[in-house]
Amino acid sequence: MERKTHASERPDHRRRRHRHRAGKRSRPTRRLLLLLEKRDLNAGASGANHGLLHSGGRYVSGDAEAAIECREEGDILKRLAPQCIEETAGLFVAVDGDDETFAADFPGNCKRCGIPCKELDPARARELEPYLSERTFAAYEVQDGSIDPFMLALDNVAHAVSLGAKTMRNARVRSFDIEKGRIRRVHVTDETENREFIVEPELVVNAAGAWAGEIATMAGAQVGVICSKGTLLVTQDRLSTRVINRLRKPSDGDILVPGGTVSVLGTTSVRVPSPEDATPTREECVRQVEDAAKMMPVLASTRYIRAYAGIRPLISLGGSDDRNVSRGFSLVNHDHEGIDNFITISGGKLTTYRLMAEKAADLVCEKLGENTPCRTREEPLPASVSGRWTEPGLAPRNFAAETGRTDVMLCECELISRSVIEEITRNLENMRGRSALNAIGMRSRMGKGPCQGAFCGPRVTSYLYDREVLSGTRGIEELKSFIQRRWKGQKPIMWGRTAEQVELQEALHCALLELELTGEDE
Amino acid sequence: MIELKCDVMVIGAGHAGMAAALFAAQRGLSVVQAGTTGGIDFGSGFIDVLGVHPVAEKRELDEPWQGVASLRAESSEHPYARLNRDDITDGINAFTDFLTAQGLAFQGNEGRNLRLPTPAGTTKRTYLAPATMAPGATALREKAPCLIVSFDGLKGFSGRQLTETLGKNWPALRSAIITFPGLDGELYPEHMANALADPARRKALAETVRPHLGDARYAGFPAMLGVLDCAEVTRHMEELLGVTVFEIPTLPPPIMGVRLRAAFDRGLHGLGVRTLSQKTVMTARPSPDGFRFRAGGAREEYAISARAAVLATGRFFGKGIRQQTHDMRETVFDLPVARPADPDDWYDDVFFSQNGHPADRCGVLFDDDFRPLNDDGTPFHHRLHAAGAILSGHDWIREKSGTGLAVGTAWKAVNTLAKSLGEAG
Repeated sequence: MERKTHASERPDHRRRRHRHRAGKRSRPTRRLLLLLEKRDLNAGASGANHGLLHSGGRYVSGDAEAAIECREEGDILKRLAPQCIEETAGLFVAVDGDDETFAADFPGNCKRCGIPCKELDPARARELEPYLSERTFAAYEVQDGSIDPFMLALDNVAHAVSLGAKTMRNARVRSFDIEKGRIRRVHVTDETENREFIVEPELVVNAAGAWAGEIATMAGAQVGVICSKGTLLVTQDRLSTRVINRLRKPSDGDILVPGGTVSVLGTTSVRVPSPEDATPTREECVRQVEDAAKMMPVLASTRYIRAYAGIRPLISLGGSDDRNVSRGFSLVNHDHEGIDNFITISGGKLTTYRLMAEKAADLVCEKLGENTPCRTREEPLPASVSGRWTEPGLAPRNFAAETGRTDVMLCECELISRSVIEEITRNLENMRGRSALNAIGMRSRMGKGPCQGAFCGPRVTSYLYDREVLSGTRGIEELKSFIQRRWKGQKPIMWGRTAEQVELQEALHCALLELELTGEDE
Repeated sequence: MIELKCDVMVIGAGHAGMAAALFAAQRGLSVVQAGTTGGIDFGSGFIDVLGVHPVAEKRELDEPWQGVASLRAESSEHPYARLNRDDITDGINAFTDFLTAQGLAFQGNEGRNLRLPTPAGTTKRTYLAPATMAPGATALREKAPCLIVSFDGLKGFSGRQLTETLGKNWPALRSAIITFPGLDGELYPEHMANALADPARRKALAETVRPHLGDARYAGFPAMLGVLDCAEVTRHMEELLGVTVFEIPTLPPPIMGVRLRAAFDRGLHGLGVRTLSQKTVMTARPSPDGFRFRAGGAREEYAISARAAVLATGRFFGKGIRQQTHDMRETVFDLPVARPADPDDWYDDVFFSQNGHPADRCGVLFDDDFRPLNDDGTPFHHRLHAAGAILSGHDWIREKSGTGLAVGTAWKAVNTLAKSLGEAG
């Protein structure tokens, strides 16, 4: 391990060894694109959202522009990234006690935004979705979808890499050297290897989400990011075929999105001081469950698997209620602040991610003097090997079809076999980061079922020892870290079956394996 | 509806329930027992009395009785505070004598704790270990030349994991992955154990292991060396390999669960215990001279009249206590549950927290005879006793006190109720 030293204190010749010369490659027309990620893909809000491809229906009553954007982008993504999307359709339903005027205005508002919307008789809606409340008084069908944000990110990055981009995980930006109004050097810590390196960029794109404000500050610029925490809950079973939206002014706990074999309920909107405050609380979960049960009574008794929270970066435009702060995105060219080669793209929502990238890429090209048009509006997003195992249900189908009886089921909740873990491990390479176990969890459904890692955690750890991916006591440390991450999502929903499962897990991990006694003092 | 009458109704089929049914039957009381598959099936076979004390200091104990003594002195709320050492050892002796007669022998370390390897590559302290596992403690202590055998297809057990984690202080520890003769694909300890009932299969296994032995004096296997014939299978493997053979527990489903289940099914039946397997108590109605229960599940329903009852339903996993969004409820009698008032205080932010989780100390309050108490501190019923994890004031998971506590409290509860029933005639 290299001693951490600030690069500028080192002799010049040493520093050069770790220097990436972005933009100065042998072929002059070809530029190097480097993606720096401080933890892992999807570690922030990209992995902690609803997985909802908005029809736009949610915004028709308050933000027509956002509604239209959602409709247009939703159509593009369904066409170009179908592997990541399930076209579930969606219902907007109002139950006794909800605002009748709001509900009555909905179809007209949809029409105004060009959003297809079909009125359903409440009885018909309950035939389609039997868990809807008997007290449903209005129902409309729209074209919502469910999107796998993990597959989407992995496919995007795989596509970029196939076009020559480089990516680094666990690479934390520390500071910028700014000279004559330009960022000359970016100081980065590679936290996998615990060493410092320097990038000399032609241009820096700040797409740090909730951390965009911090990055901008390093460049002496300003981006007013409001951190808004959204807490969501995952059910054990899929409770609806379609996305179910509460037909009322947007509030907490009013959307249930099906994703593969589960449903996701959310979400809150709570202002938090820091992007690191992404811990779901018991109170947020209980409150949403109790409220959403008015829309679907089964939500009061069903088993929840875990809760999670993401931090939305809302771009400050004044005002008090964060739900009224624009969910639109902001593209900032910081040249007006005296920095020529620095732009920020922030805010927005998953449904409009492509449009955000297009606008940002257009600005990048303009600043670099390129006039190649962005092609993501027409070009399909190729399905990648790295993204495929995030899909719920794929691993079981593969197990049934291909490997059969010689394989071993390491994860019985999500039916992930040894050969799938083997394939993911083989493809990890430099994406491993500080924990192979966490990296595998990010790239598959391992640990996402009812056991939440209680059984698959130790089993995959053992397999990684056999494969010589782990050595020494590192596997124990990785297992504990993996389990702690799962715990963060279980603690707020410790009622009913979750409490039973967790006690069994403790009996195994603590009473038998005594994992809590291992660690620093050994 | 099937009508049954008995002296003692045991509610629960984990370690405490099994012990209570055993002790009551041995005193000549008629016993009906109801309960679903649970703790027994996940059992490691280790009989812990106290492995860690104080929990907050993570102090691992070589001398469990010293720990029990200081625990008793420090906490009047702990179930051990209402037991003397003889209650615990007499209970454990009766429990292990019974299991030994069924083929499951145990070994200890003259009142001290054993230290044994786990499948994670950590080590664990316990008071008594199954005789097939106990030699692992000697191998570990002596750092003897030892081969850990693991099997391709048996998930969750990696010999290399043990050598990597324990090998730093045990350089003579080696490992090998072999194929289990005659089985392919995914392996389960129970299938392997059944296969080893055939001596020819043991010979084939020994042939596969022998080339890896080298200078090893010990061979450690994942626990799968037979079911209730485990003593003979282990002895035979030692004879074939010429080394001391021991087992290491596996992740669930463990073979020890199968062994314990088989031993209790056979042995309790022999003592006349009426077991309502996979049936749960649906209603419980106390009366001055006893209880009326209705128990059911799939198919038959039973109506049971009992003069006394032992509540051994466990905490959360055993479904003795149900956690709700704002409350905890005892599931059979709706007894008051001692717990922190604010649900936000039930669990720590850190799963492997040094202090454990307050929820893991919740349960029913009890008197000196382990009778559950009402809110006003009076016994709920003069012939209702509780045993095991449902009692408040202990964290068996962090203390490593599970089986000792289950068996010790069952011993005292049954002694008290036997006396009370004897006096009533």
